[in-house]
Amino acid sequence: MKEEIIIAGFGGQGVLSMGKILAYSGLMEGKEVSWMPSYGPEQRGGTANVTVILSDRPISSPILNEYDTAIILNQPSLAKFEQTVKPGGTLIFDGYGIPNPPTRQDISVYRINAMDAATEMKNSKAFNMIVLGGLLKIRPMVTLGNVIEGLKKSLPERHHHLIPMNEQAIQKGMELIVKIN
Amino acid sequence: MAEDIKLMKGNEAIAHAAIRYGADGYFGYPITPQSEIMETLMEEHPWTTTGMVVLQAESEVAAINMVYGGAGCGKRVMTSSSSPGMSLKQEGISYIAAGELPCLLVNVMRGGPGLGTIQPSQADYFQTVKGGGHGDYKLITLAPASVQEMADFVGLGFDLAFKHSNPVVILTDGVIGQMMEKVVLPPYQPRLTEEEIREKCPWATLGKPKGRKPNIITTLELDSAVMEKINEKLQAKYRHIEETEVRYEAILCDDADYIIVAFGSAARICQKTVELAREQGLKVGLFRPVTLWPFPSKELNYYADRVKGMLSVELNAGQMVEDIRLAVKGKIPVEHFGRLGGIVPDPNEVLEALKKKCF
Repeated sequence: MKEEIIIAGFGGQGVLSMGKILAYSGLMEGKEVSWMPSYGPEQRGGTANVTVILSDRPISSPILNEYDTAIILNQPSLAKFEQTVKPGGTLIFDGYGIPNPPTRQDISVYRINAMDAATEMKNSKAFNMIVLGGLLKIRPMVTLGNVIEGLKKSLPERHHHLIPMNEQAIQKGMELIVKIN
Repeated sequence: MAEDIKLMKGNEAIAHAAIRYGADGYFGYPITPQSEIMETLMEEHPWTTTGMVVLQAESEVAAINMVYGGAGCGKRVMTSSSSPGMSLKQEGISYIAAGELPCLLVNVMRGGPGLGTIQPSQADYFQTVKGGGHGDYKLITLAPASVQEMADFVGLGFDLAFKHSNPVVILTDGVIGQMMEKVVLPPYQPRLTEEEIREKCPWATLGKPKGRKPNIITTLELDSAVMEKINEKLQAKYRHIEETEVRYEAILCDDADYIIVAFGSAARICQKTVELAREQGLKVGLFRPVTLWPFPSKELNYYADRVKGMLSVELNAGQMVEDIRLAVKGKIPVEHFGRLGGIVPDPNEVLEALKKKCF
């Protein structure tokens, strides 16, 4: 098993932390993992992205130019990464952040209206967990149990009371994701 | 999952490893992309546990001179910075090398020249292995290619520094510093007591007991005849290190037609390039120098008799390629591929360059 994933969006959307939770979940499953962030000034409002690799075998390059799965949360990131999804791969996008949806026909495209759902839940911080739920629904690369364990590992203890809320957000995402191509 | 496997950034691994390997002091000044080293040390506040000092100096120049002082006392001391900060430290590094003092220096390289960019680069290869500061001196240079090696090389670095009474550099970049991978940290090793330091480092300036001449650490010698002798002693030490401390990794080199030579983050990228090339039936291997000085010249020369050519892949305009060419003594063509100013090539890009330049 090997999953090469790019997550891209605006800084502040929780792109890097979503990748971190995915990486920790992979660690819980005993997989090899790498998490390579963009660490430039784009973290403060511009585009941010992170490459996460989960694999049964040791990982060679943490830097890639094509991915099995792309999670795209804003329009500039779609322009940058739509063409980097491998043929037959998966692209997930947020309906609010991306008014002009992807056009590729040789990949599976899913929409998740995560921003709208987070607004409805009156919890903008749930956004990235809703997206993660959508990802796990269609690409169950790690178990929900291990995501929760991963959350415990990646969050400081003072935030552990937020884990049930995160679990709800993941469940919400699993319900919300729809295939459009 | 074993409890002791952790997920962390390369920079964080260096900080945790420093505490666990019994470091006495860290002196630094923040700069991207290595600030997590001092941030992690501050969060861990080892001064309350092992007694390790962690100090944010007023500048890079102050930090390296604190290292000079600590090293002169036989302490396990270190500093870290990124390219522009390392340039500021060069005067102090030359003094520490001249004083034959052990210490650990970490350079998490970013793109230059000048203030440059905060993105990854390997353009300080020359600065690190050829000098950087003034005078004929050498720094043992370790190039980690994983977060695990970031942790391991802290221990190895201190060991080599004390074994040879010489500064050791961990030369890495923003890729390895910022990425997270699995790491197993070493067990806690106690800091040396003052008595142990006196025994292991009889030269240390820890205060003069009665009946012993004062220990003097100086790099000034106005009598050129004496200064030449000092230089000859240094050079003899360097030749000994070149004979005994070369480290490298050769992956799929034995049946290869062409060998990619790369260190650190570039080696990780090229490992994937080798996988891609092999899938296409191209017999390509990867030679990864782990010590950049001493450079694995003999080992590369061995492979030069067995392959058609080599490609040096570096995040710079062609620096290590000069050492490879010296090593293979003109037996085979040695090409270079690099990206500059903080751009990191991907594995396919390297494969295309390999096909164009070699095949």
